[in-house]
Amino acid sequence: MYPKEFQESIKKIETTRQARMVQKIPLLSLTDRTALLEAYHPDYKKGTMREILIGVNKGDKTPHEFANLFEAYSHIEANNFTVPSPKLQTDVLIIGGGGAGVAAAILAKKAKANVFLVTKLRIADANTTMAQGGIQAADKENDSPAIHYLDVVGGGGYKNIPELVNALVSDGPEIIRWLEELGVIFDKAPEGTMLSIHGGGTSRKRMHPCRDYTGAEIMRCLKDEFLDQSNRPDAGKIKYLEYTGALDLLTDADGKCVGAILVNMENGEIFTVKAKTTILATGGAGQLHIQGFPTSNHYGATADGLVLGYRAGAKLTFLDTIQYHPTGVAYPEQILGQLITEKVRGVGAQLVNIDGERFIYELETRDIVASAIIREIQDRKKGIATAQAGGVWLDTPLIEIVSGPGTILKQLPAMYRQFIKFGIDMTKEPVLTYPTQHYQNGGVLCNDQGETNVPGLFVAGEVSGGVHGRNRLMGNSLLDILVFGRRAGKNAAEQALKIANVSDGSLEHVKKYHRELEQAGVAKERKAPMLLPDYRPKEFQGKFSFLSHLK
Amino acid sequence: MAQLATIYIMGKEYKVPSTLTILQAIEASGFLFVRGCGCRGGFCGACSTVYRTKDSYKLKVALACQTKIEDRMYLAQIPFYPGNKAVHNLKEIKPTTETLCALYPEVMRCISCNSCTKVCPQDIKVMDYINAAIRGDYKKVSELSFDCIMCGLCSTRCPAEIVQYNIALVARRIYGAYIMKQAPHLNKRLIDMKENKFASDIEQLMKSSVDQLKERYTKRDMEK
Repeated sequence: MYPKEFQESIKKIETTRQARMVQKIPLLSLTDRTALLEAYHPDYKKGTMREILIGVNKGDKTPHEFANLFEAYSHIEANNFTVPSPKLQTDVLIIGGGGAGVAAAILAKKAKANVFLVTKLRIADANTTMAQGGIQAADKENDSPAIHYLDVVGGGGYKNIPELVNALVSDGPEIIRWLEELGVIFDKAPEGTMLSIHGGGTSRKRMHPCRDYTGAEIMRCLKDEFLDQSNRPDAGKIKYLEYTGALDLLTDADGKCVGAILVNMENGEIFTVKAKTTILATGGAGQLHIQGFPTSNHYGATADGLVLGYRAGAKLTFLDTIQYHPTGVAYPEQILGQLITEKVRGVGAQLVNIDGERFIYELETRDIVASAIIREIQDRKKGIATAQAGGVWLDTPLIEIVSGPGTILKQLPAMYRQFIKFGIDMTKEPVLTYPTQHYQNGGVLCNDQGETNVPGLFVAGEVSGGVHGRNRLMGNSLLDILVFGRRAGKNAAEQALKIANVSDGSLEHVKKYHRELEQAGVAKERKAPMLLPDYRPKEFQGKFSFLSHLK
Repeated sequence: MAQLATIYIMGKEYKVPSTLTILQAIEASGFLFVRGCGCRGGFCGACSTVYRTKDSYKLKVALACQTKIEDRMYLAQIPFYPGNKAVHNLKEIKPTTETLCALYPEVMRCISCNSCTKVCPQDIKVMDYINAAIRGDYKKVSELSFDCIMCGLCSTRCPAEIVQYNIALVARRIYGAYIMKQAPHLNKRLIDMKENKFASDIEQLMKSSVDQLKERYTKRDMEK
């Protein structure tokens, strides 16, 4: 139920609906796009970033929330710590159990490597599961990977790394077939044609949805296959451990990554795994709440992989750009920041201000739409006030008019559930929205095989950076995790199988990093990786119990 | 200051702001989640919660992240349930009427009590899809169960010890892989890719200057 003051604005929206249906808003020119971003996108807000004090990216600008993690000590006092001898040896160690990690595991096993995967929550507890709207791939007659390429780099501000974009768009069709074979149920016509739709910034309808549970559907099929494969030691073997976090990578005398120090987050056991190659697939960073934004992200999205990789010498890229999804929930406050999928706009919902006026073409890229919403509220004062940052309307009843009655229940059941639980029927009433921290555009730099500059260290998925430039398009993250998860898995396996043995790892790189932190005057209290966000009241916060025995 | 509500976490009393979700209320009571919290957005089923209100015998369920607390709520989470998952190899499975019953013989023990449907926080007709599974009706199982987030609450209440969500998952995978038609346009595109049909187009784009890319980007024709 909406409060009274909202109801009045809703009446206005209903009166402008007919006229808006035929109103055409053109795409912004490139000059207007740049001006809008520079004036309103949070990435450009003054005082929100600083130069990193130490490490490979020393001097690069990044949000304070990231810098706080790079300018932080390991949970392990490296100078007074004897690295335990390996509890387990494997060919490939994968840190992270989301879409990228699980895809990597399946492909690494296929390449006949033994795989050990750890995740700090459950397998499939990841942003992948929360992806709603669809996965992109250029598989229709009027489309091509080249057209997809152009959409990607235009959306990314022409900064994307070409080699990575090439891999992304070229593997797209094969990924969709792989998913079909894994049993993923895409929205299809009876004869098999994909019911693909537009996303923000696409010039072709290449978004393949599974209702609005696309990520959940893909992830549960991948997880099921992963579990089946872990029960089937026919080529390589898969082992895994849940509720196990990574505290640091291990390196040998040449700086090669040879495994990791892990913690069982339930009983506090600290142990090491020795690995010939290691893949970081730790996901994103929404739980950092950059600039105080709410987030659409998973509980585990705490940028751990960036910290682990950076301390071991991995180069990071695009650290000064974050994606704020234009349409996070702005009301009710209980679900603040949760995602209202772009598919809602893809099937016809319009963005309107307090007076029922549109102010931006809804399927501009995310950075543009988010900036336009912020402008509408902060500058033009046409937002609807809430206890938080306010919001603008997403006119969802329009979907039922444009795309037919019943569309919402059929194509957006998750969205319907999300709101009806709080008494809001989005088929009849609009929903209130404001940008939410959604995606980490940047991350660990890698090549198109997933290799980083640290020998033996691979990355895949949101922890990596470069493929999306300064702004990712909808549906390209699900594609990204699978393309690069598979590539990293295969290549890490092949590289591992060529290596006879690696030496036991040490924390020399961490000791060196600590010395630099001390020289830079960083306070000892600051520790990373974060592992879990701490939402307890201040008086309860402190060292996590599973780390409390570490000095 | 928001109004306070009284809640009981595993029987112990706490006072928290009344506007919170169950998940936020547990955190506000000083607990750090290791288990029992996942996506915080209603998609992962990690925060299954069973509760009742103080003067009622009636047990209810909720996803902690999607449900606002009520005053005098008695709650407990079920972060893990030891449900059975049959080992299978999708590549070797045959989509026959008997397959699901062969993988999960216990499905035949269903007594149609409807407890699973009543308990589902997604309002899925669980019993109906279990009946469809017994009949080998993959389409029906898939359609009815699609919005399942595998929280596992159905199986906690099942007197026949059926693990409904795992049966639905394998049924959907069989339906997706064997019964739904593969996309015909995708077959064509995969041949194109094998023939490297677009490699030179992409190569040209990769070599283009930013200005050239900008020009091509602004001149894109948009599919209606």
